[in-house]
Amino acid sequence: MTTASMPVEAESYNFAYLDEQTKRMLRRAILKALAVPGYQVPFASREMPMPYGWGTGGVQVSAACLVPEDRLKVIDQGADDTTNAVSIRKFFQRTAGVAVTEATTEASLIQTRHRIPETPLTEDQILVYQVPIPEPLRFLEPRETETRRMHALEEYGLMHVKLYEDIARHGEITNSYAWPVMAHDRYVMTPSPIPKFDNPKLSDSPAVQLFGAGREARIHALPPYTKVVSLDFEDHPFVASKADHECEICGSRESYLDEVITDDQGGRMFVCSDTDFCGSRSAALETERS
Amino acid sequence: MDGAEMNIYAKVKEAGPLLSVRGLSKFYGSRIGCADVSFDLFPGEVLGIVGESGSGKSTLLSCLAGHQAPDEGGIVFDGRDMFAMAEPERRRLARSEQAFVHQSPRDGLRMGVSAGGNIGERLMAVGGRNYGAIRETALDWLGRVEIDGARIDDRPSAFSGGMQQRLQIARNLVTAPRLVFMDEPTGGLDVSVQARLLDLLRGLVRDLGLSVVLVTHDLAVVRLLAHRLMVMKSGHVVEQGLTDQVLDDPQHGYTQLLVSSVLQV
Ligand SMILES: Nc1ncnc2c1ncn2[C@@H]1O[C@H](COP(=O)(O)OP(=O)(O)O)[C@@H](O)[C@H]1O
Ligand SMILES: [Mg+2]
Ligand SMILES: [Zn+2]
Repeated sequence: MTTASMPVEAESYNFAYLDEQTKRMLRRAILKALAVPGYQVPFASREMPMPYGWGTGGVQVSAACLVPEDRLKVIDQGADDTTNAVSIRKFFQRTAGVAVTEATTEASLIQTRHRIPETPLTEDQILVYQVPIPEPLRFLEPRETETRRMHALEEYGLMHVKLYEDIARHGEITNSYAWPVMAHDRYVMTPSPIPKFDNPKLSDSPAVQLFGAGREARIHALPPYTKVVSLDFEDHPFVASKADHECEICGSRESYLDEVITDDQGGRMFVCSDTDFCGSRSAALETERS
Repeated sequence: MDGAEMNIYAKVKEAGPLLSVRGLSKFYGSRIGCADVSFDLFPGEVLGIVGESGSGKSTLLSCLAGHQAPDEGGIVFDGRDMFAMAEPERRRLARSEQAFVHQSPRDGLRMGVSAGGNIGERLMAVGGRNYGAIRETALDWLGRVEIDGARIDDRPSAFSGGMQQRLQIARNLVTAPRLVFMDEPTGGLDVSVQARLLDLLRGLVRDLGLSVVLVTHDLAVVRLLAHRLMVMKSGHVVEQGLTDQVLDDPQHGYTQLLVSSVLQV
């Protein structure tokens, strides 16, 4: 992407890239999705100036939500400084001129790929997820006409067949990411490929949670304080597990860890995947000490 | 059917029909699929439907099972009007109290899912959430349809045609349905495999007290399995009665031709 030096008010782009028609269409889809938690609402996905797989669904949802007063945070795998996060953040700086931040507590809208921030969210925040495959039943039933019918009629036996197959084959449910959930006791949905460690944070969250799938042109959502239950079996219950280590930077035992390779001799260490959380915690510890 | 079974048959008849069909018709444009079909099916009873190819057997069966909407007529299952019922309830019935065994196991199995998962699906669909219990039930059913329990995690694509068909039967019967629809369940199998499957079906039907609507073009199959017989021609029922009576003393000219094997069915 080239960074235009033109001011935002210039005619080159509407506020936050999308024209008003498209925004209205997207906002309608978002409102509908919020009204029916977990239900996948089709929308007319637009070409975005980035390839699919780079979060075009999330970007469209964010663009439809952003207002000039917003402060935007973008994370990829918990980090603000990956190529994907940086380019999306720059895109909105350029097309919406919104303020940006890396601090979870300061952001009013957070677009994310693969994580929910460790710092608890508030009622003043919107969390936008980038979703590659919005249909959790796809694995066993490729026909969309059938999966839509299954959702409509609440026929979710097949979802458990998938979990059964996992246990039969691997001794446990192997989804460490994208563990399917039941939203508001009604729709089975995918939380996007967040680690299962994050699943409990989906439930009863004060923030608005929006899920955008660009290539598949679907939006689903969780309004604040929605009950979200991770699917499981009585005798193979869902466990929100993480690596059994502490962060080697901030010492947290509670946050989700990435295993980072430190050299080419096979050295490795565990650090928080949420870089803002890790940084804030380290800084706070530093202040305490001095 | 021997005398003892006839007695049971007389007894269950007092309980009233499980399935009542009245004036059922289905047209494909101006062509008749099936026309004005009426019958009652009693608990524990096996009704065979025979007739040459194109006589309307599959059309009738798919209307009964709710796979197609008929143009006229009514179906009452266990006192419930199937057409007054909302789709979710009809589908719930279809996967709990009813079952459908397809001629081709490919149409009735999930080929990408293990044998255990295939049998477990209906259990999970009606709320089964205990993995151990589902697996135990699947093992039990594999045994009942004479499949080695060690094959529980194998996919049906690794099974022979006969095994696939037995797996399809287990998958359908696991929720103890009261009514089973079968469309040529032994079609496409070798004769020796057919005989074993028929034996197995006969045992299951008797042990579980199943009611069955069985479509076949094979008179040997109905002779072995069906208590009662309906003969169809050009979409119409031309004769119905107890299987032995119809086969040994056919009244309608068409049935006489069918029985004497003059007709290629
Ligand atoms: N999908 C369909 N479209 C049009 N005609 C059909 C269709 N299915 C069946 N028919 C016609 O309906 C009649 C009954 O067919 P079918 O029920 O398949 O008979 P059977 O199972 O006894 O062979 C035949 O004349 C057949 O050609
Ligand atoms: Mg047929
Ligand atoms: Zn840390």
